[in-house]
Formats: sequence, C-alpha cells, structure tokens
Amino acid sequence: MASSRPVLEFRNVHTHYGPVHILKDVSLSIYEGQIVCLLGGNASGKTTTLKTVLGMVVPTAGEVLIEGEVVNGWRTAQIVARGVSMVPENRRLFKRMTVRENLEIGAYLRKDDTSADYERILDMFPRLKERLGQRAGTLSGGEQQMVAVGRALMARPRVLLMDEPSMGLAPVLVAQNFDIIRQINEAGTTVFVVEQNANMALSIADYGYVLQTGKIVLADTAPNLLANPEMRQAYLGEVG
Amino acid sequence: MTGFDLRRSLRWGSIAGAVMVFTCAVGLFEAFEDRLLVYPFLSLGHVLLLWFLPLAGYQATNEPVLEGMEAPSKGLHNVVAGLVAGLAGGIVMGVFTVVVDALDVRDVFVRLSVRLVDLLTHGWGVPGGLVLIVAVPALLGMAGGMLHLVSASARRRLILALEWALVVALLEQVFSQVLRQIRLGAVGDIIFTRRALEWWAALAVAALVALLSERARGGVGRIRGYLFAADAARRTRNSIWSALAVLAFLIVLPQLLGSLLSELLANVGLFLLMGLGLNIVVGLAGMLDLGYVAFFAVGAYTVGVLTSPISPRFDLEWSWWAALPVAILMSVVAGVLVGTPVIRMRGDYLAIVTLGFGEIVRILFLSDWLAPTFGGAQGVRNVPGIPVGVAEIRGSQPVGVLYFAFGLVLVAAWVSWALQESRLGRAWTAIREDETVAAAMGINVVRAKLNAFIVGAILAGLGGALFAAKVGSIFPSSFELLVSIIVLVVVIVGGMGNIPGVAVGAVLLIGVLGGPTQPGLLAEFAEFKLLIYGALLVFMMLRKPEGLLPSVRRSRELRGEELSQDAWLDRPSGDVEVDARLAGG
Repeated sequence: MASSRPVLEFRNVHTHYGPVHILKDVSLSIYEGQIVCLLGGNASGKTTTLKTVLGMVVPTAGEVLIEGEVVNGWRTAQIVARGVSMVPENRRLFKRMTVRENLEIGAYLRKDDTSADYERILDMFPRLKERLGQRAGTLSGGEQQMVAVGRALMARPRVLLMDEPSMGLAPVLVAQNFDIIRQINEAGTTVFVVEQNANMALSIADYGYVLQTGKIVLADTAPNLLANPEMRQAYLGEVG
Repeated sequence: MTGFDLRRSLRWGSIAGAVMVFTCAVGLFEAFEDRLLVYPFLSLGHVLLLWFLPLAGYQATNEPVLEGMEAPSKGLHNVVAGLVAGLAGGIVMGVFTVVVDALDVRDVFVRLSVRLVDLLTHGWGVPGGLVLIVAVPALLGMAGGMLHLVSASARRRLILALEWALVVALLEQVFSQVLRQIRLGAVGDIIFTRRALEWWAALAVAALVALLSERARGGVGRIRGYLFAADAARRTRNSIWSALAVLAFLIVLPQLLGSLLSELLANVGLFLLMGLGLNIVVGLAGMLDLGYVAFFAVGAYTVGVLTSPISPRFDLEWSWWAALPVAILMSVVAGVLVGTPVIRMRGDYLAIVTLGFGEIVRILFLSDWLAPTFGGAQGVRNVPGIPVGVAEIRGSQPVGVLYFAFGLVLVAAWVSWALQESRLGRAWTAIREDETVAAAMGINVVRAKLNAFIVGAILAGLGGALFAAKVGSIFPSSFELLVSIIVLVVVIVGGMGNIPGVAVGAVLLIGVLGGPTQPGLLAEFAEFKLLIYGALLVFMMLRKPEGLLPSVRRSRELRGEELSQDAWLDRPSGDVEVDARLAGG
C-alpha cells in the first residue's frame, strides 16, 4: 500500500507551549491512501500533533513535511490550501449557521466549482438533504458529525485529519462514524485519525502510532499492534 | 392548576407596588403628572405610575394553554386574584406614601417630596388620600383579572385599542404636524386640546382600532406571506417591490413632516449609518467594539478641519466633497491603528481595550497638545454645509439633510448587504461562531477581523462627515463614550447582524427616544432617556436577545420545527421514533 513518498511526515518534531515540552522527537509518516491512527491517553500530545500539522503550533525543532515539502512556519491557510483539512474534536460546527453554510465554509479556499463535492457529500449523508436550511446547532449529535465530516471534505483534502471522532457519540454512532471514515478512505482520501478508542481506530487503520507524554512509544501496522501484548495491556483494556 | 393562588397574586402585586414606588422615586410620576394625554383626566404621569397594575392583575392567573391538557377554567378566581394583586400593590404604595409623609428623606431621595405626597393623595392628605392610593390600584388589578373573562380576540382588540389611543395622544405633535401638512390642520385643532387628545377623540380612536384590528391582522399576515414567500425567485421579486415602496415612502415622507420631524429623522439616518457599520463589527464579525465613537470623531474632525474657514491650523476651505475622501481615508487609518493591536484579543478583553481607545481619541481631540490643529475644547466651528448643485445642505434645512442622510444610508445598507452575502461576510460569521475552527478552515482570521474593523470605521467616518456638515461645529464633548453605547444599543435592540433590524432600532431609539444629545419624538423624556435605554436593554437581553426584528432566516428557524429538535437526544434510527416519543410525552 505504501508509495514511495509520504503525504504527511514528521521528522524529529519537538514543540513547546512556553517552556513546557509537549512533543518530544516525534517522527511519523503517512502514505497516500492509508488510514493512520495516532493513539494516546489524555494529555499525551495528540491534539498538539494535529495543531502542528495545521501550522497552529510551530515546531521548535524538527520538520513537518507535506508531500516532501517542509511547511514549518506556514500559515494555516497555506497548509489548508495544500490539501489538509480537519474534523475538529467535538465537531465544533458553526452552530448558528445553516448546514448549507457550514458545508460552504469548508470550501472557503477553493476557487474552482465545488458543486460536485457538494452533491457527493449529500449522497454520502442523505440525512443532511432535508436539514440544509436548518441551523447546525439544532441537529442531533450524529447529524452534526456528518456535517463536520462533510465540511472538511468540501475542501477536497488530500489528507483528512480527524480529532477524536468517537468522542461524545453513542456506541452505535461511533461504529457508523468509523464506517464513514473507511468509505472516505476507499474513495481515495488519506486519513489521519487521532483517537483514544484504540480498538475502534485500529480496526480500520493500516498503521498506528502510540503516543505517550509526547513520545512515540510504539509504531507498527494495525494488525501487529492489535496483537502486541504490551499494547493489549495498556490500551485495549485487557487485564494480565 | 386552576383556582386562586394567593402567593402568586401577592407576588405580582408586590412587583406592581415596586414599579409604582420606583416610578415615584425616580421622579417620572411627578415630572409628567401635569402632561395630559387624554383631556381632561388622564395624564402621562398616571399612565406611567399605574400601567403595570392591569398587567399584574392579568398575570396573577395567566396560565399557558398546554397542548393535550385541559384549558384552565375561567371565572371568579381570575377577578379575585387580580383584585388581590392590585390591592397588594396599592398597600405597598400606601405604606410608601405614609413613610414619605412621616419621614423627611429628601436629602437622599430628592424626588420624594411633600408635593409628591400631595399629588399621590390628590390633595386629600395622608389618612384620607390613602383610600384612593389603595383603591385605584385594586380596581385596576381587578380590571386586569377580568380580562381573562373575555375571549382572546376581544382581549387583543381591547388592548390594541387602548395602546393606540395612548400612542396617538402621546405623539400629538406628529399627528397634528402631519395633519397640518396635508391641510387638515383644523381636524388637529379639534381633536387635540392643550397637547392632549380630547376624551371623545380618544374613544373614537380606540373604537376605530378595535373595529379595524382583525382586518389589520389579516393584512400583516398577508404582507409577511408576501415578503417571506417560500419560493426564492418570488421572494426576491417581492422584496424588490417592497424596497421600491419603502423608497417611494421615504421620498414622500419629508414632504409630510415639518422641519422639526425631518430633523429627528435626519438624526435617525445619522445613527443608522453608524449602526450599520457597528453591525458589521459586532453583529457579523462578533467583535464587541465599545470605542466605535472614535471613528465617528475622526470623520467629523477631518471634515471640520479641512472645510471650516476658521479651522485652527489649516486654511484650506475645501468643499465637503473634497474633504470626504480624506475623511474616509483617515477613518481607515484610525481603523487600522486601533484594530491592529486589539484584533488578537477576544470577547471581554477586546471590549475593554476598544473602550479605552474610544476615550483616548476623544481626550486627544480635547488635549492642549493637539489644540493648534483641532481647537481643543473650543472645537472647530463654522463648518460649511454640503454643496449640492446650487443648493447647500446644512443643519438649518433639515429636509435637505434628511434626503442626503437617506441617500448615504441606502448606500451603506447596500454595501453591508453585499458584504454580508460575500465570501468575506461568510468568513466573518464563521469567525463569530468559532474563531479557532474558522482558522482551521483556512480563513485568515486576523485579516478578516481587521477588514470588519475598517468597514465599520468607514461607515462611522461617513457618519462623522455628515454630522460635521449638519451641526456646523464640532466639540470633543459630542464624542462621549455614550455615543458608542447608544449605537450599540440600537444594534442590539433592532437585531444584531440584520440590516432591517438596525433600521428599526434606530427609528425606535433615536427617533422616538432621542440620541445622546439629539431630542427624539418624546422630547419630554429627555431627562429619563438613559434610564429607559437601560431598562430596554435589560428587557431585550432577558426576553428577546435576538432583537426586535430577527433576520428572516432566524425567525423561520425559530418556529415549532426547531423547538421539537432542539437539544434532543441523538436519534440513531430516523424521525419516527422521536415522533412517538414526543406523542407519548
């Protein structure tokens, strides 16, 4: 599955919030067409990793590369224009804007015709068709997740970042959600998922990294990680 | 649920009592006691004192009709509850009168005077007059309770009729002026006596309104249906027609109004211009700018300094039109200067810092340091009017100013509308909703916010340029913090982020109540203007935070459909289940 050059790559990245060291020598590679997941508990640096990709946090050392190009210090808008878009944690829709407006904002930087993507997203989530004129804040959690994913896809990203897609959703919806991620991936988008729900994430991922207090402690293919005894003990809730 | 609830009656009664005591204590009653509304018996002071009692009497047993529940029964208990509420209010008032009469508290509460007691007791003195003080509220409370006994439509008509009779009486000035302009001044002389409506005329107005109200309701419904037609193409066409109708009305209007009323409306136009600008900053981009007056001052001073023949430093005597681009440019510069440092702040911090900047600008104009250019406390005087062809538009001819202000407002409204619908407008709304996520969508947050600041500054600067030509002299005292606050209230009351809403807010607040230094229709309330502004703001925040005229989309959304979905549980399998859940209760 791996092609020669990663779409998104971290080379020995360090970040700081003030003097506090957050990411410590993080290296990861995400290849075209993969689903890669980054697992870790609270405060392990998962969200910081995503912010670093988007240029909202600038690495203090190391390099972030998109398709082989170093993007350290780029503005968020430039990185988004390069084909990275994000589904934020807890969905965070523009609540008082309509579903349609939320989707349109997703394509903010695009100058070309977006109607094909719009139709594609509505085909993927037919439920949204009847909600287009409704304020996003009044939708149910599952529908909001659809809008959040749709909004990110409107940018026609090469890499889709997903920050804890399972958070705050009922188990049925979590499964549905990961199904959607797989669908998006099958349609050709590379996906980078940050998750606490390791079982769920690894079930769809090709490759996984485990982040612990800012350090990558494990990195392997998803099946290997699922089989790894250390992993099973620490993250998959298996005793002994 | 039905029946008489003593505690509830007493609660409403004591609120009514508090309203009355407050009205007396701030001096509203005493100030308007001799301003007759309905000749020869009803004064504005009495209306202000007693208006809450029927409402309290009504509320004492007002139960909402709940779907699927038995409607609350009507009967004697409604009247009794109203009477008890009124009585409670009256007793509060009675105790208050006795206290004021017995103790001299004038050192602290200047309005609680001997004269007040005299007026309250109708000159009957304390023991005798107390009967009146208790009985009148009790009867009014009872009347409020009795409103439950008539049908809903009759109640609506009755209240509407009363309201209209009061409005006609209160706006005597406008009505007699308009009647004079259409050569029916004689009618005005007959129905108005000593600035009050004759009692029989009041009855006639009330009867007329009661008769016509049902028809008018149908009309309002039709207009709403016309404007908010479901079909988008028809909606666009209809709104173009209604815009043309409004335009025609605006062209005819100054001819109907005398110069006094045109002056009022010109002030409305001025504040509307600023309101539209602030609406972009606060309503669309979500930045609470409390120093908005700074840009208004920059526009006014630039025009003043460049056009006045006695400008302290310059001797340019440019025409207003030549000074206008400079004024706009200076507003942009001011917008960038103020905007750049504050733009990264959010919420409360932004509000506080802009508030400071607003004051800094005023103090700079007042300072000795800049006095050689801006005249310090002396200001800039003899600012000429706006030359239009052979004529000159200036404050002494309010009709001309009014037309000019309308013109500017139309341009500003068009610009705001175009921006709102643009890509930038969408970026602003997204930033208002969630700045971080907006950035993650690729929106350049800093630049978009700065743009909002600059557009707002331009519109305020335009307002300042108009203001300078209109009033002819500019002093630092015209640019108090109060101006910023009042423009903000205009935006909030009308409906944030919504252009017609801002227009309604400006007409209602600036036209009716008056601006910071400009008189409104109810010029007699000048002393209490800020009190009313404050009360209105509190009321709006509690009851109608979306403003008097929420945007079309918002009002459509707020209908039932949304209520049943709001904050419901996640629905994994379609709507059927939810319907069942709702029906099952």
